[in-house]
Amino acid sequence: MALEVLLWCAAALLGTSAAAVAAARHRAASACVYGIALCATAIAMVAAALFLLADGRTATLLLPVGLPWLGAHFRLDALAAFFLLVVNLGSAAASLYGLGYGRHEESPARVLPFFPAFLAGMNLVVLADDAFTFLFTWEFMSLSSWALVMAHHRRPGNAEAGYIYLLMASLGTLALLLAFGLLAGPAGGYAFDAIRDASPSANVAGTVLALVLIGAGSKAGLVPLHVWLPLAHPAAPSHVSALMSGVMTKVAVYGFVRIVFDLLGEPAWWWGALVPLLGGITAVLGVLYALMQHDLKRLLAYHTVENIGIIFIGLGLALAFQANDMQAAAALALTAALFHVFNHSVFKSLLFFGAGAVLTSTGERDMEHLGGLIHRMPYTAFAFLIGSAAISALPPFNGFVSEWLTFQAILLSPALPQWSLKFLVPAIGALLALSAALAAACFVKAFGITFLGRPRTQVARDAKEVDAWSLTAMFVFVALCLLAGILPGYFIDALSSVTHALVGAHVPRQNELSWLMIVPIAESRSSYNGLLLFAFIVMAAWSATWVIHRWASAATRRSAPWDCGYPDASPITQYTAGSFSQPIRRVFGTFVFRAREEVHMPPPGDNSAARLHVRLRDVPWDVLYAPLAGAVGFAADRLNKVQFLTIRAYLTLVFGALVVLLMVLGIWQ
Amino acid sequence: MAIALDMLVQAVQMLVVLALAPLLTGYVRMVKARLLRRQGPPLLQPYRDLLRLLRKEVVLAHDASWLFRVAPYLVFATTWVAAALVPTFASGLVVSAAADMIVIVALLGSARFMLALAGLDVGTSFGGIGSSREMMIASLAEPAMLMVVFTLSLLAGSTQLSSIALFMQGPGIGLRVSLALALVGLIMVAIAENARIPVDNPATHLELTMVHEAMILEYSGRHLALIEAASYLKLLLYLSVIGCVFVPWGIAPSGEGLAAYAIGLVLYATKLAAGGFMLAVFETAIAKMRVFRVSDFLGAALMLGFLAALLRFVSRVAS
Amino acid sequence: MDQLALDVAHLFAGGLVLVSFMLLYQDRMTGIVNTFALHALVVSLSVAWQAYIQHAPHLYITAAIALVVKAFVIPLALHQIIVRLGIHRTIEPVVGVGLTMLAGIGLVALSVMVMLPITATAGTLAREDLAFALSVVLLGLLMMISRRNAVSQVIGFMSIENGLILAATGAKGMPLVVEISVAFSILIALIVIGVFLFRIRERFETVDIHELHEYRGEQP
Repeated sequence: MALEVLLWCAAALLGTSAAAVAAARHRAASACVYGIALCATAIAMVAAALFLLADGRTATLLLPVGLPWLGAHFRLDALAAFFLLVVNLGSAAASLYGLGYGRHEESPARVLPFFPAFLAGMNLVVLADDAFTFLFTWEFMSLSSWALVMAHHRRPGNAEAGYIYLLMASLGTLALLLAFGLLAGPAGGYAFDAIRDASPSANVAGTVLALVLIGAGSKAGLVPLHVWLPLAHPAAPSHVSALMSGVMTKVAVYGFVRIVFDLLGEPAWWWGALVPLLGGITAVLGVLYALMQHDLKRLLAYHTVENIGIIFIGLGLALAFQANDMQAAAALALTAALFHVFNHSVFKSLLFFGAGAVLTSTGERDMEHLGGLIHRMPYTAFAFLIGSAAISALPPFNGFVSEWLTFQAILLSPALPQWSLKFLVPAIGALLALSAALAAACFVKAFGITFLGRPRTQVARDAKEVDAWSLTAMFVFVALCLLAGILPGYFIDALSSVTHALVGAHVPRQNELSWLMIVPIAESRSSYNGLLLFAFIVMAAWSATWVIHRWASAATRRSAPWDCGYPDASPITQYTAGSFSQPIRRVFGTFVFRAREEVHMPPPGDNSAARLHVRLRDVPWDVLYAPLAGAVGFAADRLNKVQFLTIRAYLTLVFGALVVLLMVLGIWQ
Repeated sequence: MAIALDMLVQAVQMLVVLALAPLLTGYVRMVKARLLRRQGPPLLQPYRDLLRLLRKEVVLAHDASWLFRVAPYLVFATTWVAAALVPTFASGLVVSAAADMIVIVALLGSARFMLALAGLDVGTSFGGIGSSREMMIASLAEPAMLMVVFTLSLLAGSTQLSSIALFMQGPGIGLRVSLALALVGLIMVAIAENARIPVDNPATHLELTMVHEAMILEYSGRHLALIEAASYLKLLLYLSVIGCVFVPWGIAPSGEGLAAYAIGLVLYATKLAAGGFMLAVFETAIAKMRVFRVSDFLGAALMLGFLAALLRFVSRVAS
Repeated sequence: MDQLALDVAHLFAGGLVLVSFMLLYQDRMTGIVNTFALHALVVSLSVAWQAYIQHAPHLYITAAIALVVKAFVIPLALHQIIVRLGIHRTIEPVVGVGLTMLAGIGLVALSVMVMLPITATAGTLAREDLAFALSVVLLGLLMMISRRNAVSQVIGFMSIENGLILAATGAKGMPLVVEISVAFSILIALIVIGVFLFRIRERFETVDIHELHEYRGEQP
């Protein structure tokens, strides 16, 4: 029942997309498209949520489309329901945001047809139950998002971003194709049921893991395959950036979880060493890159890389525990990772909506041209502040709960017997702690430079608040951030059917615990009570306010700030994004990025300004991609000669190929 | 009935930490002055400072927003809640289930987040210097603190502070190398987080040497009183944590009766006095580091915490 | 009582590792020499404690030699050398303090990984003591290779010897005559090095290894 509803919603979205191709220039087209998308995704979200909470039975469906001997299999189980909930929540909010944001779109014909198609593609990937459907819908999702990235292709940098995105997406799909080929084996059973029943050998399973890490990891943003993400995510319109960062990366995580946890069977112990290590490196590198940016949307995109790293740390720990038959610990690690999937899609979408609001109001993405927006866009500033606090893992918001659960999973790992895991896991714990602290620094910078202080340019001074649709979308997510942080027990219980299906155990049920606290392992170990903490903070703040109002002076006066006797009317003397991150760049960046600062001072007597120039080196780009691109270019130049041969030479080539094939046939006999 | 008594003891603990915090700072200042052969301010001077600030008018910059006015209340509230969650003279209370060490570290992180934003709010370079240096120090001090928390939790089997305190009071503990490393790391982090010499000078107002003072430069009146009270509470919190974990004798488990609580209070005051004295001696004996040496200092604390956690991981070896 | 005795010995071994990390952290000449004095003090206390629990009075003499020679005489002599050569200043490690300490952690992990499986038949604390002693030796070597200054290389070399003493006394038995000969050889080596440092300083006005490399006569 729920499966049919979901497939009809996807069909409705595809139909809207087809209609929008014809009618995109119509005056009410934008409102219609986003409205229908909102309704369809809201219905899908409710259907998925009901299925998950009611612990529904797995439903499958076979449609006679696609390959004649295979058909298209669709399946709805607990894992798919959870990811459908995440996908459709983000999509509904983006559609709601688009109702307001879409009015400012200058080329609606390039955006409106592809937006519902993108949503439909993401839904269908999660529902796919055989290799062909999965790969087809995966490519469909990539192509429709590529079209959205290229929507403003005349802006500088966007065309290059789209090109690199297409290259990396093709590489990812190729890797997944090979992985499915290996999984299906020589018998050619491409349906997921057949793959589940077959048990591959250890070498094949290891190769499949590596291929899935390349394929799904590049779409999610694992280092070193992340290079397309900070170029492509900012280039798209803001609600699409929110979808790509907050939702499409989660579809990639779904791909990884489905293939590795569900289809591959028993994991080897070294999987639990490789995946968390990649996750830890991704987390720290992502946040360090984010700290060096002054483009608001690129900062948020790099930050997505960091959070994907945290999710993969949780997933990798679950693999390590499962390989050693510690089911309860694996359930905890998996719960932590999946809860972070939900949390990240909520607060990252919220932050991208805020950045989109800033872009609509001022036309600027560069933080160094903004400032003082808290006076001019107060609601957006408040929503962005809550999103920043949530992503920095501050209690009582939801980011802290998933981070806390991941730490609890790490604290269970001394029981793992392998020596390399014993050395690796404390290192990963240190990397996780480091990335959490650096994330807080990054968002103090992002919020502080953009919204606080004095406006640095005229456009910042003239900014106005955005429309009600966008604000509603943002505030829905603000409420969710707070709710998921205060009442995490309900969310953890909802995940228990998912972890039970994947690792065979679940975290103890939380809903009958007193005081609404969560106890992930046992009462004697650790517990967290978000509601009580929130109540304490509110009570402490309220009593401080009461004491102050009762006994302290209420006099307030406005005046100029302290300036040491040198009044500066110019707002460019305040801290910029680059200057805020300079201490951290000195400490970490000299090693990681070879960051070098150069100061060009004019000679004495010359009145021109001094220049400060910071040089950063992108190590994966220089070490991996640039030589690869160079090699491809070199090979292409050499092979170019084949284009200009004579007719006789071409005939010789054909003759030679025929002779070789006949020889192979003869020898093989 | 038991729950009501526990809530009463918890409320008393909240008020005790709030009352003792300015006294501790006054004591540290007095000891530092006496070591320098000065008379120094009287012991109760911080209380007088807070009262004076409460009665003064607040002067706000033209560009200060609502965040500037709300931040002191939030900073004070989160620091007070964190300080109240640390077991001082009683443990095993009903609300101790919320007293997780990671929660305490994160609450202090929230306070720092709001304070750094308030520093950037006015739009001058002073606030920017303070905020950026504070976030650099935090990016190393917070992971170091978390690694120390890991080590302690791996030993005690829980991240709850009252369980850790109970475990350290028990007989099975012995003298462990990872505990010694964790203690050294915790002391280094406490010095950095409380803006003490050698990391920051709490008594100076020169921009080259300020971190914490630069962020709060624009604050005045009742707002400054709240922020000063929060910094007193933070010092008390770190000394309480060190006392609760490494010198846990005297913390009364729940349900022991009034006499045990009274003894616990007296012992707690003694621990604070001893800790404050050692802090004052250390601050007087050492010079302040330059800013980029602070990152080496905290990097060393992070390494010590990491080494302590690593030793805990590898020493579960079947012999 | 016995467990407490073993715990205290274990604590001294761990303390020696901690002081070795402090040696890596220092960036001033006088700081390095003073920390080395602390290193020698911890070693002598550890040896004295081993003498107490093993009831081996000859180890007290070892402890006394370590204390007098390494904690007082040699640091005083090095202070004199530093003042006379005029080289008291800061010395940065070749790759920076952070990376050096990270390498130190890696070395401790390596020695734990090597030692624990090898000594499978001994008691837990004795195995960890041996792992700590090996880490002190490796950290001393790291100290020697991570700085460009001759005095710090001398200190690194002597801290290696401290690690060996820790290992030998922990394993119950090192005859006094071996200790005396080793200590005397160290003293002789130090005197020779000191003389050479003076001669180098007189000739080339520097003891920085990097600059001395140019005089080796090979192609640049």
